[in-house]
Amino acid sequence: MTISPDASKELHVFKPMPDLPAPLESVGIIGWLKGNLFSSKINSLLTFAALLFLWKAVPPLISWTIIDATWSLSSTPDPTPKTGACWTFIFVKFRVLMVGLYPQELLWRPILAFVIFGVVCVLTALRRLQTRLLIALWFFLPLPLFFLINGGIGLEIVEQSLWGGLMLSTGLAAIGIIMSIPLGILLALGRRSNMVIVKSLCIGIIESIRGVPLITILFMASVMLPIFLPRGMNINNLLRVQIGIILFSSAYIAEVVRGGLQAISQGQIEAAASIGLKNWTITYFIVLPQALRHVIPSLIGRCVALFKDTSLVIIVGLLDFLGMIKASAQDPEWLGYDAEAYVFCALIYWIICFSMSQYGKSIEHRNQWS
Amino acid sequence: MNQQNIPIIEITNLNKWFDNFHVLKNINMTVHKGEIIVICGPSGSGKSTLIRCINRIEEHQKGKIIVAGTELTGKMKNIASVRKEVGMVFQDFDLFPHLTVLENLTLAPAWILKMPRKKAEETAMALLKRVQIHDQAFKMPGQLSGGQQQRVAIARALCMNPKIMLFDEPTSALDPEMVKEVLDVIRQLAHDGMTMICVTHEMGFAKQVANRILFMDQGEIVEENNPETFFTSPKYDRTQKFLSQII
Repeated sequence: MTISPDASKELHVFKPMPDLPAPLESVGIIGWLKGNLFSSKINSLLTFAALLFLWKAVPPLISWTIIDATWSLSSTPDPTPKTGACWTFIFVKFRVLMVGLYPQELLWRPILAFVIFGVVCVLTALRRLQTRLLIALWFFLPLPLFFLINGGIGLEIVEQSLWGGLMLSTGLAAIGIIMSIPLGILLALGRRSNMVIVKSLCIGIIESIRGVPLITILFMASVMLPIFLPRGMNINNLLRVQIGIILFSSAYIAEVVRGGLQAISQGQIEAAASIGLKNWTITYFIVLPQALRHVIPSLIGRCVALFKDTSLVIIVGLLDFLGMIKASAQDPEWLGYDAEAYVFCALIYWIICFSMSQYGKSIEHRNQWS
Repeated sequence: MNQQNIPIIEITNLNKWFDNFHVLKNINMTVHKGEIIVICGPSGSGKSTLIRCINRIEEHQKGKIIVAGTELTGKMKNIASVRKEVGMVFQDFDLFPHLTVLENLTLAPAWILKMPRKKAEETAMALLKRVQIHDQAFKMPGQLSGGQQQRVAIARALCMNPKIMLFDEPTSALDPEMVKEVLDVIRQLAHDGMTMICVTHEMGFAKQVANRILFMDQGEIVEENNPETFFTSPKYDRTQKFLSQII
C-alpha cells in the first residue's frame, strides 16, 4: 500500500516551522507568580490573607522558640523565667526522653545502637547499597541491636521495664515495619489465592484485625493473652505488644498491597506464563515488583502511621517517647513546661515522619519506568 | 519444504465455554511444521481464544490438543513443556515495564533454563539484533515506540527458542506508521521457516505470507483455503461478506 511518487508532478518539500520562544508572562518567575499566586481574584485574595497570617504568626513564634528562649545548661529551673521557651527543661530531661530509665553507666549501648541504626538509615537514604543487600541488612539489623540494648552473650542484661523514650518508639516501629511488610504481602497474596482455605483464612485474619482498634489489640496482647496461655508459659509484655503491633500493621499493609496487585493486568501474567515462567516466579519477578511500586505512597503512609501509633503503648504501661514527654511534664520539680515538652515532641516526630515520606518520594521518583 | 508433512499441532474436536457461552465449537485443525496459518474473522468469533488454547493461556474443556508431541492436559509438566515450544506475541505487547529490554528477554532463560547470565545476555542480544532493536537494549520498554515495543515482544517470545510462534493481532494496537516494521520482522521469521499461527486483519500481509487462511465466525472454522482461492473465490457467503467489509 505504498504511494508511488508521481513522476510528472514535482513534490513540494515540507519544511517544519522553527520553534518560537514562549511569551514572557507565561514562563519564569513572573509566569509562576501569575499562574500560582494571582491566577484569579479569589486566589490573589487568599495569597494576601496567607501573607498577613504569616506576618502575624511567624515573628512571635521565632521569638518564643529562639530569641527570648533560655538555652542554659543548668540542672534547675531558671528562677527568673523569661517570656520565651525554657529549653533547659529539654536538656535536663534529654536522657529520659531518649532512652527512658536505662542505667546511666550502660548508656554507651543504646548510643552505639542509635549510631548503627542512623548509619543504616543514611546508607538507605543515599542508595549506596544494592536493593537486595539493603533488604537483607534491614532484616538482620534488629537482632544485634536487640542484644546490644537487652544484653546477653556477655553483656549485662537490662530489664525491659527500664527501656523507654524514643529508643522504645523507634524500636517498636522499626521492627513493626520490617516484619509487617513481608507478612502483609503474604496475607495479600493469600487473599488472592485460588485455594479456598488459604483465601478464607487470610480474609478472616485481615478483616478481624482491621475491625478492631489498635488500642484493643494492645490491651488484649498485654492483659488478656497471659490469661489464655498455659501455666508456666510466659511471653514478656514488650514482645506481646510488639506482636500486636506487627499483626495490626500487616493487616493494613495487606490491603494496601492488594490494591497494587489488582492494578496488574492479566496480560502481564499471561505474557509471563507464555515464556514459560511458573506461578511463583511470575509473582516474584513480574507481579510483586510492579504492584509494590504502585503502592509506594500508601505503603510509606502506613509506615508513618505505624510509627505514630506506637505512642499508644502507653495504655499498657510502656513509656515510649510521648509517654516520657508526658511523664517529664508532670515532674513536680519542673511544672509548667508542657509547651516546651510538646513542641519538642512534635518536632522530633515531624523530623522522623517527614524523612520517611521524603524517602518514599525519592524511591517513587527513582522507579518511574519511562 | 520437505517438512510440510510433519504435523506439529493437532487439534481434534476442541470445545470451549466461557461459563455458558460456547466460544469454540468443535474445532479441528492440523498445522504442519514450517506452515504459516493466518486466522481472520469478525471480533468475538473465537480466533484469539483458539490460539490462546494452544499454549494453554486458556483452558479447554473438551477435545484434544497435541503440540509438538505433548498433549495439553491439566498436568503442569505437559503445560510447561508445551510453553517451552510455543512463543506468543500479544496485541498490547505486554512487555514487563519494570525491567529493561534486555532483562525482558533474559528472565525466562535465566530462571527456567538456568542459563548462565552472560550466555542469556548474548542470546538476547542476538535476538534483539534479529529484530533490529539491539541499540535499545538498556532502555525501559516505556521509552520505546509501539512498533519498537512489539519487536521487542517478538524477540522475547523467541528467547526460549520455540518451534512455534503465535501472534494475536500483533499490529492492531499500533500507529499506522509502525505496522510495517513489525510485519517485516514477522515476514523475516516466516522466511526463516518458523511455524506460525497469526490472528490478523492485515489482509495484504496474509495474502503475501500465509500458506493457509482460516476464516472463523461464531466459534467455528467456516472456511479454510489457500490465499489465492480465499480472496478470489471464497466458498461461503459469510466469508465473502466479511471480505467485502474489510477490503
